Amino acid sequence: MLGEGTVKGMVETARNFFGSYVHADRLITVQYPEERLPQKEAARNFPFLVHDGDDWEKGLRCVACLICEKECPPQCIYITKSKDKKPDHAGKPQLYPAIFDIDISVCMSCQICVEVCPFDAIEMDTEFELSTSNRFGDLLPHKQDLAKPNGYFRKLHPTEAAAADARLAAEKARADAKAKAAAGDKPPAPAPKPVPAVEPGVAK
Amino acid sequence: MMDQIFVTLKHWLVGLVPIQCQPVISAIISVAAIIGVFATLFAITTVLERKGLGRIQNRYGPNRVGPFGILQPLADGVKAIIKEDLVPRGADTVVHFLAPLALVAPVFLALAVVPVGQNMVAIDMDAGVLFFFAVGAATELSVFMAGWSSRNKYSLLGAMRALAQMISYEVPLILSAVTVIMIAGSLSTVKIVEAQSGYLGGLPRWFVLTPWGLAGFILFMIAATAESNRSPFDLPEGESEIIAGYYIEYSGLKFALFFLGEYIGMFAISGLAITLFLGGWQAPFAFLTWVPSYVWFFGKLLALIAVFIWVRGTQPRLRMDQLMNFAWKFMLPMALVNLVAAGLWRFLDPGFSRWVVCSLLVLGPYVLLGRGLFQGQHLGKRTYRYAE
Repeated sequence: MLGEGTVKGMVETARNFFGSYVHADRLITVQYPEERLPQKEAARNFPFLVHDGDDWEKGLRCVACLICEKECPPQCIYITKSKDKKPDHAGKPQLYPAIFDIDISVCMSCQICVEVCPFDAIEMDTEFELSTSNRFGDLLPHKQDLAKPNGYFRKLHPTEAAAADARLAAEKARADAKAKAAAGDKPPAPAPKPVPAVEPGVAK
Repeated sequence: MMDQIFVTLKHWLVGLVPIQCQPVISAIISVAAIIGVFATLFAITTVLERKGLGRIQNRYGPNRVGPFGILQPLADGVKAIIKEDLVPRGADTVVHFLAPLALVAPVFLALAVVPVGQNMVAIDMDAGVLFFFAVGAATELSVFMAGWSSRNKYSLLGAMRALAQMISYEVPLILSAVTVIMIAGSLSTVKIVEAQSGYLGGLPRWFVLTPWGLAGFILFMIAATAESNRSPFDLPEGESEIIAGYYIEYSGLKFALFFLGEYIGMFAISGLAITLFLGGWQAPFAFLTWVPSYVWFFGKLLALIAVFIWVRGTQPRLRMDQLMNFAWKFMLPMALVNLVAAGLWRFLDPGFSRWVVCSLLVLGPYVLLGRGLFQGQHLGKRTYRYAE
């Protein structure tokens, strides 16, 4: 009969209306600034530079190899190599970036810089509240704004950070063994097997 | 005492001025009261509607401005006022400017004949219902003014849809109101409310509690929904089809005026439905007559607005052919049959037999016409021959 479907629909919406006052689980809205959902481990938004130790300038892993700058699809990374060298985590003298800028307004969060970095020096941040009142200065963070400690990386992406730490430790052990072998006081110790790299961006 | 407090207040205020000025002052006070009360009601309704629709869709609705979001209309008003008023270069500027005013003026005029309480009507006109429909029809003019002057194909499409719809639904709207005029024997809204006074067996003698009155009320409310361009009859402004229809080229305060006009139109037509079928300002039970009459009127008005919001949250928009089929193949014949039912009700002896005859006369055509609407339509699960 005419009107049956109408009545059925009206009953359904009435149930929704009153149900939303009775059952709190009907309301799936997250009231954002006050309430937040926990972020997924694979969440990513914008790259940052990892540094070891407390001094960001000394501990910066980046060696200014320019691979990320060349691979970046929207060309948002700008790097200038330093003139002098500083020791890296394994003690080897390396170049470091004199300037390292990333343009937030150009970056498309593709994570390619992270994939191509051979030094685990650049990683993805999950910070997304990046709005500023200054359109030009604040949207172009420099290396001191981008530098974040390794502990921060471990907190954001524990799986990837553990893999990166293992890789770096293995590298350092190899370098130490080589240095010892070069010193000639001991036969070279077998290098520890490198930990299989975990594909970054895949949540475990 | 409480019931007549506003009437007494008005008489006292009018008595303060010299006798020559009294008619003018009296009119100004009535107009100011109508505009103030109904504009406030508009503000309240917008936030209630958004919250109600939100709850129907399992959302919160606005809850940021003020406690529970009740100050949202204030923020919306400020926004509307400070927004840039854009007029298209190709627009007919004079008509474009006049269209929102031509909508708001008639709907406030229509409220002048709606009795909002005992002795509380701006003008007690002998032809009140006729006046109401006459000024109500003027809104169609403003809609077409807006659509035509914007020089935009969507706004013109919206205006043409609106005209077709409003003219089609004006017929059942008036025909369903005519039944009440036949029974009450008067076009005066005050007399119509008086004709529904008294109680019979504990129930009020409202016209909605008769077979022809119930059918007339439902027909009237459906037609009123179409007249006020509300969902499911919101084809003229269908956001997903023609963006916003005839007010696509309006912004800022003019857009707010259209919005206001639409809601005041809804209040006016709901007020008329209350006057015609729901006993106006009368209490539903004899022991509740101590509650002031205007409380009853506005209570009923809020209830009808709630129904409008509920329907809007439920029904999907009609298609143009469904709209026209419904108007001409169902609403119009039902309204005509209802006229006959009301006539029989008037001339048959009061009693059980009158109820049976009139109920059958309304129910039979309802079932048959409803079946006729679905004839030749392929309802049910849609099957695709090529795509799968």
